[in-house]
This record gives sequence, C-alpha cells and structure tokens, in this order.
Amino acid sequence: MKKFKRVMGAAMASMMAATLMAGCASGSSSTSSSTAASSSDATASTESGSSSASGSTFKIGTIGPLTGSAAAYGQAVANAAQIAVDEINKNGGMNGYQVELKNEDDELDSQKSVNAYNTLKDWGMQFLDGSTTSACSIAVSEYTKQDNMFQLTPSGSAADCTKYDNVFRVCFSDPAQGTAAAKYISEHKLATKIGIIYDSSDVYSSGIYQNFVTEAGNDGLTIVSQEAFTADNKTDFSVQLQKAKDGGADLVFLPIYYTEASLILQQANQMGYKPTFFGCDGLDGILTVDNFDKSLAEGTMLLTPFAADAKDDLTQNFVKSYKDKYNDTPNQFAADSYDAIYAIKAAVEKENITPDMSVSDICDKMEKGMTEITLDGLTSQDMTWEASGEPNKEPKAVVIKDGAYVSAE
Amino acid sequence: MKTKKQDYITYAVVIAAWAVIEILMKMGLLSSHLQGLLVPMVYYAIAAVALNLCVGILGELSLGHAGFMCIGAFSSAIFSLMTEDVLPGGLRFFLAFLIGTAVTALFGFLIGIPVLRLNGDYLAIVTLAFGEIIKNILNAVYLGVDEKGLHISLQNQMALGLSPNGKMLISGAMGMTGMPHDSNFTLSVVILLVALFITLNLIRSKHGRAIMSIRDNRIAAQSIGVNVVRYKMMAFTISAALAGMAGVLFSHNIATMQATSQYFGYNVSILILVYVVLGGIGNIRGSVIAAAVLYMLPELLRGLNKYRMLIYSIVLIVVMIVNWAPAAIEKREKIMAKLRGKKEEA
Repeated sequence: MKKFKRVMGAAMASMMAATLMAGCASGSSSTSSSTAASSSDATASTESGSSSASGSTFKIGTIGPLTGSAAAYGQAVANAAQIAVDEINKNGGMNGYQVELKNEDDELDSQKSVNAYNTLKDWGMQFLDGSTTSACSIAVSEYTKQDNMFQLTPSGSAADCTKYDNVFRVCFSDPAQGTAAAKYISEHKLATKIGIIYDSSDVYSSGIYQNFVTEAGNDGLTIVSQEAFTADNKTDFSVQLQKAKDGGADLVFLPIYYTEASLILQQANQMGYKPTFFGCDGLDGILTVDNFDKSLAEGTMLLTPFAADAKDDLTQNFVKSYKDKYNDTPNQFAADSYDAIYAIKAAVEKENITPDMSVSDICDKMEKGMTEITLDGLTSQDMTWEASGEPNKEPKAVVIKDGAYVSAE
Repeated sequence: MKTKKQDYITYAVVIAAWAVIEILMKMGLLSSHLQGLLVPMVYYAIAAVALNLCVGILGELSLGHAGFMCIGAFSSAIFSLMTEDVLPGGLRFFLAFLIGTAVTALFGFLIGIPVLRLNGDYLAIVTLAFGEIIKNILNAVYLGVDEKGLHISLQNQMALGLSPNGKMLISGAMGMTGMPHDSNFTLSVVILLVALFITLNLIRSKHGRAIMSIRDNRIAAQSIGVNVVRYKMMAFTISAALAGMAGVLFSHNIATMQATSQYFGYNVSILILVYVVLGGIGNIRGSVIAAAVLYMLPELLRGLNKYRMLIYSIVLIVVMIVNWAPAAIEKREKIMAKLRGKKEEA
C-alpha cells in the first residue's frame, strides 16, 4: 500500500500541476474542440480561434528549429521576420495596425512543430510564417487547414507543402528547382554528360534529384552516374566522385547543402578531377565554411534566389540591418522569411484586412489577396503567386569568381 | 486478490485522468497546445508499458523498441493510405490498428528467434542493431500503388514505373505523407487500456509467473521444467506488438513521417527506457505516469525558451536521485514512517 500511496500521490500532484498549467494557458483561448479530434470539428475550432485575436494588432508567428543541428535555418527565419516586423512597425504598421511577432522552436521535429503551432494559436496568431523546413511544414499544414489559418512557409520546398489552398510558399519548390537546373544546364550548353551526387536521406535533395533526372531526359542530357549518400555517411565522397570521373562527367550536379559540398570539392581536387560543379540554393553559404579553401569553389555555379553581396539597395539595407542586429550574414532562409512578412503585408493592405476579423475570414481574404499582389523582394523582382500557393519567380544563376558570387548571365 | 485490486487501481487512474482531461476540454479550459500533446503522450505511455514488459517482467534489456514502433507505424499507415477512399474512418482505423499490431508481432517473433538466444548486454546490443536495421531498410524502400497493384524498388521513385494515377506510399528516405488523421485522445486512451489489460493479465497469469521466474533465475526455472525459449518468445512478441500499437497511433496522428533517428532511432528507444526506469522497472502503472509526466514536461517548459532542455535534463537527474538513490530511499521511508506514526497517534 505504501508504494501505491507514493504513486498515487505523484499522479495526483502531476494532474494538479497539469490542471494549473491548463488554467494559465487558457487565458487567451476559448477553443472548445480537440485538435486531435476529427476534421469535422474544424469549423467549431476556427470560430473560437477568432475570439482570441486582440483586435488592435496583427499577430504573426514563426516556427523553425531554433535549437539543434538545423538551428541556423530557424534562427535566420526568426531573425529576418523580426527585422521585417520592426521596419513595418516603424513605418506605420500593416494597414495602419502594429504587428506583433512570436517565434517558436520545433527542433526539426514535425510533432514538435505541431505543438509549436498550437502554442502560437493559443497566443492568438493570425498569420503563420512557417514552418521553416519541409516535413514540419507539411505536418503543420494539416492543422492550419483544419483551422483555416493562413500559412506562408518561407522555405518549405517539398511539393506537398502547399497542397492545401491556405498554404503558400516563398521559396522555389524542389520540383521547380530540379527542373529549372536541368533546363538551365541544357539551354546554356554547360555540359552533356552529367554526374549527380545527392543525399537520399534528405527530402530537399531527393526531391530536386528526381525532377532533375526526369527533366534531363527531356533535354537531351546524359546522366552518367547518380550516386547517393545519407546523413549517417557523409564525410568520404571518393567513391561517388570516382564513378562520376569514370563515366566522363564534365559537370557534377550537387543538389545538396554546402557543408557536404565543400568536402566534395576538396576531395575532387585531391583526385585531380576538375568538372564544373553545379548546385541549387543549398550551396549558398559554401564560401563561409571554416577552413575551406575558397579557390576550390572557383567556377562553381548555383541557382539561388538570394546572394548576400548583391548590389541592389533592398539587399544591401537588409544585410546591413541583419549584421548590425545579429552580427551575422543573412542566408537564403532569412531572405525568404523577410519576403514572407512583406508578402503578408502587401496582401493585407490589398484586401484591407483588419486585426478584428476572425482567423478564418482573414485566411479567406489572404488566399485571394496573395494571388493579386506583386512583390519586389529580396529573393526576386516582381514575385507573384498562383492560387496553388506556388510563387512565380526567376531562378538566378550565380557563379563563384574570385571568392564572391557573380551573376552568371 | 491484492494484485487484482492493484490492477483495477491502474485502470482507474487512467480512466480518471481521461475523464478529467475530457471535462477540461469540454469546458474549454485546455489550450490547443496541450490538446495537441495528448495523443503523443498516450502513445509514449503505451510504448513504455510495452518496454516495461520486456525489461521489467522478462528481465531482458531491449533497445530496439523504437524499431517496433516504426514497423507498426509504417504498416498501418500503408494500409490506411491504400484504403483511404474505400473505407470509412472508424473501420479503417480499427483494421489499420489490427494490421499494425499483427505485423509488428510477426516481426517481433522473427527478430526474437535469433535475439533471444542471447542474454543481458549482448541481447541489448543486438536489439539495438535490429532497430537500426528496420529504420535503414524503410529509408531505402520506395513503394507505390496503382491499379496494377503494388510496386516496390530499392533504387528510386522513377524505377517504380507507376501509372500516372498511381500513389506513392513510401518515398524512400522521405517517408510517408498524407496519412488520414484518424486517431484522437479517447481512442488512444482505449488502446492504452487494451495494452494495460493485456500486460497486467499476462503478468498475473500462469505464463506471467513463468516469465518472471526466468527473470529471477533462469537456471532454477529451467530445472523445474519451465520452457525458457517459449516464454521468452511469448513476452518479447507481446512486448513488440504493444510497441506496434503505439506506432499505429503515431502514424495516424501526424500527416508526415520519416524513418529517421529523431522519430524511430535508438535515442527514442532510450527515451522510452528512461520512462520505464523512472517509473520503476516492473511497475506498469509507474511507466504510464512517468511517460505522461516526462513527455509533457519539456513542452510545458516552452515558456523558458532556451533553458528548457537544460531544465528538463536537471529534472531527470533529480527525479532519478530522489527515486532510486539508496540514501534518498532511506530518508523517504523515514519520513513516511513518521507520517504514518503521527496518523496512528491521531
């Protein structure tokens, strides 16, 4: 019995604690239906969600990995959103109303991303700038669809991210990047024999790879080797490089992130293999890798929507305020997030949305507004959006010359 | 009779917790953040019960239970995706649940054949390896379905040759997406009760006593005619099947999953082991409570931002010391005795 008392005591205490917590957290929310319940409850929860809006300010939330291995991405999104919001508030707000921003951590875990979304919903969020990564964004979109909450993912690039009407994105989708890369290579006659090295355990990399291969077939490119690596095995690429070399590839396509790419460039150099390397936006950042000999990256090309050393005023101002505030050079994730906030602003002003509207009404108007705006952002001029949630923008190819990104055109 | 009473108390605790939470939800006192945590909390509790059966009752340390969760999650999700347009939600989930549990039990049995020839640390390492193998195989498989039937490939999506109206089920390392959201809190609690019912009744049965006798002294058990291999297999298979149930809930609570280490790797197995050890090895009710509290804790600490994982770790250490350090137990018993003494005086 003694043991029972102890356990019972612990149970009661924890239940009480949970109740207390629930009591505290419920202050801003009157949601009456379970998010875990079936989607038939969706209308009920959206209606009650509206009452949590405070009425005088817009509330925007971001979700991303603020801790852990991908923390750089989530922090970039949160930081850039903060800069955009600060600017907007200083210049009179969004449609005349001030904007509040709150960032939540998801540790790159889709379940935690949903938890973060629910936390933001309790806070009274009206627009979601997230999630930062693809898988998390897909998981969250199931819930934003139920609640009819407007979601604009800055960098969720997987095709499924925007399968619902209420979800838009700022970045290119993986399929679009793969197709664009293959088209670019064939149009500019960069090579005919191509080797590919990709990360099969990564959604981003595999998505680009698949569409690249499909499009390459249409464009008359020959793929002589396609070798994968996984997250657990990403330090030695000599086998993959050797296969590309044996196949006579004069261009190696690297739809991967820059850390692995820097190793590939080093190892190719040691082998005396000098093809053209071509990557996507994941290669952005290769010049910042510690102890990396920048001369190895000479001539490497990448498709990217954003280069921090671009000369236009918008980019330079953004990079300056980012450096002043966070002592760091912004990457493409930051640029996407910055554009996301301004896209929300543009659509809000277009549709004359006010903070006292319900979350669901805002979402309906935003779905319409997003397709009508044209945004000159960091990641592209004249961006427009399809009703499907996909952005229309031109991929920019840059080439690394003398240790800096230069436009390849 | 006393053990039976203990069992009823366990059920009562679960049902009472469910009732309290349901009432709070109906009254609108539960934030949506907390509501979103309920199903994961329950499936980790089920996984902890499953592992406790293996660690506490059978006495063999398994570090591969996340792998079993993974099998349950994927097999049931494949079924649900294939029948999404054919079957109504409730029936579909019920069948998916049965399939996920059965498939995991089968794998538990198959893996048990080589694994249970080992004892102690060796067994733990081998289960760890099996858990990783399961994860890695699922990471390499591409599975699609169209009107001609299932297509499978280990190369890539293009090699499947799916017809245009075909559907991808598993896209290699990118996992599965688009599972119907069939689970909810009440259903998960029902499944937890089923898992508890199976475990507690097994423990109290003739078979349960045989299993525990193997744990306490294998040679003695063998000498009185207990079929060691058979009972070990029984406990291990049931334990795997229960972990599979947790997996079914996992895949029907979230629209996208990958067989990556953050969901099904050995650190998740160890996380479940932490729940079991903190709740008390061999104490089924303790596992449920520990899993519930420890799953909620890092989420409830969200307000502390950057420090929350640090505080979570400190709480783990403190709970471990308070619960299991010999000196702490002694002190606690003294206090308990004093309290009891006072009560009797009064």
